[in-house]
Amino acid sequence: MIRVILPQHLRTLARVEGEVQVEVVGLATQRSVLDALEARYPMLCGTMRDHATQKRRPFIRFFACEEDLSLESPDTPLPEAVATGAEPFLVVGAIAGG
Amino acid sequence: MSKVRVLVGTRKGAFILTADGKRDKWEVNGPYFAGWEMYHVKGSPADPNRIYASQTSGWFGQILQRSSDGGKTWETPGGEKMPKPGEIPAGQSNKFVYDTSPETGKPLTTHEFYDGTQHPWEFKRVWHLEPSLTDPDTVYAGVEDAAIFRTTDGAKTWHELAGLRGHGTGPKWQPGAGGLGLHTIILDPSNPGRIYIAISAAGAFRTDDAGKTWKPINRGLKSSYIPDPNAEVGHCVHHMAMHRLRPNVLFMQKHWDVMRSDNAGDLWQEVSGNLPTDFGFVIDVHAHEPETIYVVPIKSDSEHFPLEGKLRVYRSRTGGNEWEALTKGLPQSNCYVNVLRDAMAVDQLDSCGVYFGTTGGQVYASSDAGDNWAPIVRDLPAVLSVEVQTLP
Repeated sequence: MIRVILPQHLRTLARVEGEVQVEVVGLATQRSVLDALEARYPMLCGTMRDHATQKRRPFIRFFACEEDLSLESPDTPLPEAVATGAEPFLVVGAIAGG
Repeated sequence: MSKVRVLVGTRKGAFILTADGKRDKWEVNGPYFAGWEMYHVKGSPADPNRIYASQTSGWFGQILQRSSDGGKTWETPGGEKMPKPGEIPAGQSNKFVYDTSPETGKPLTTHEFYDGTQHPWEFKRVWHLEPSLTDPDTVYAGVEDAAIFRTTDGAKTWHELAGLRGHGTGPKWQPGAGGLGLHTIILDPSNPGRIYIAISAAGAFRTDDAGKTWKPINRGLKSSYIPDPNAEVGHCVHHMAMHRLRPNVLFMQKHWDVMRSDNAGDLWQEVSGNLPTDFGFVIDVHAHEPETIYVVPIKSDSEHFPLEGKLRVYRSRTGGNEWEALTKGLPQSNCYVNVLRDAMAVDQLDSCGVYFGTTGGQVYASSDAGDNWAPIVRDLPAVLSVEVQTLP
């Protein structure tokens, strides 16, 4: 089970509170985690990655284990601690604007 | 007794203001979707309980919201459950993907950018939602970069009417200061095939075959700030309005100039007349008097606030040229707000109500066609749009 922490606006949109947990099939990667998130919460489609290109939206960042994983390939395995559920995968809205 | 529901989109959420037919006591509900930019909120003429809202964010992109109970509860269409095999894929309600099919999408590759170079079309947000006059599940969406989309399943899925971008002048369209937005959609109640749209800064366009083919309708517009002031496209149209009983008569607030057309946009003539400045954004028509129109003059393109710090609505009862200032109840000193293009609307009650919102967060209402004004609310976030529903 992968633990995911969403930014407040996406928690409101998905109507969840606190962490969410998703199950991924196979390797835990950015892509498989986001696929699982969007399958469980379809209203999040297009909010973290572009509908057409599937690229990360410019003001969205991904962190885990105190590392910025945003520029990693979406198919790079996530850290073991994320895959085992010891650490959460964080979706973060970039701090910009007001 | 009749009731009025005012739908307000702001920079930080949506608000719903309601009153009975007297329109003197208002209930304010919201913010809905707090923290998000609500570009436009509009109800279906065919089912007033059905309301659509464009929710956007620079971080998270576009969201489409829908209410089926007059705004009490909301949902993201298609986002409420996992799809079953054979059903429409979930999570498509905010999927606005330009048509790139070989038949219609081939020429739709670039538009002109600010620096004159060609730039690929990139979806940014929905500026305007125009529900069908007859079907609550059909809605048109005007988007940035400029294109028109349509849903026929209550906003679960959207498809571009690609003939607009594909008709030939697309590579000459250039963004206005606020972006290349398609901000105005007017449906002709007497002709289901006829739709008018306007784009900043491309101009006005019309289809007579329900969106398959389009033509520019900018003859008579003169814009001294573009290389060819009389060009077929390139005019910064800010907004257009029509009276439902006279769908061939259009009124336009252009960047500068207030215009009218008596032949469905085939030819425009200036009707700025005695306005103190003819720059502005909003324009609207009285519910029962097709020759009574309203604008809010703004000082200039570089100073987006009223002249002399006086917030004045101007009314013409002659379809333009002769204008009177309406000031009772509006601030007449130190007022430096703007009134954006979709932030004025009228109700359908016998004594026509007129409403507008400001970038200072005030929503003003007049229950006597503009003679007297009073704020419904004063301290909302900057108002982006105002729409009105007149309910039984």
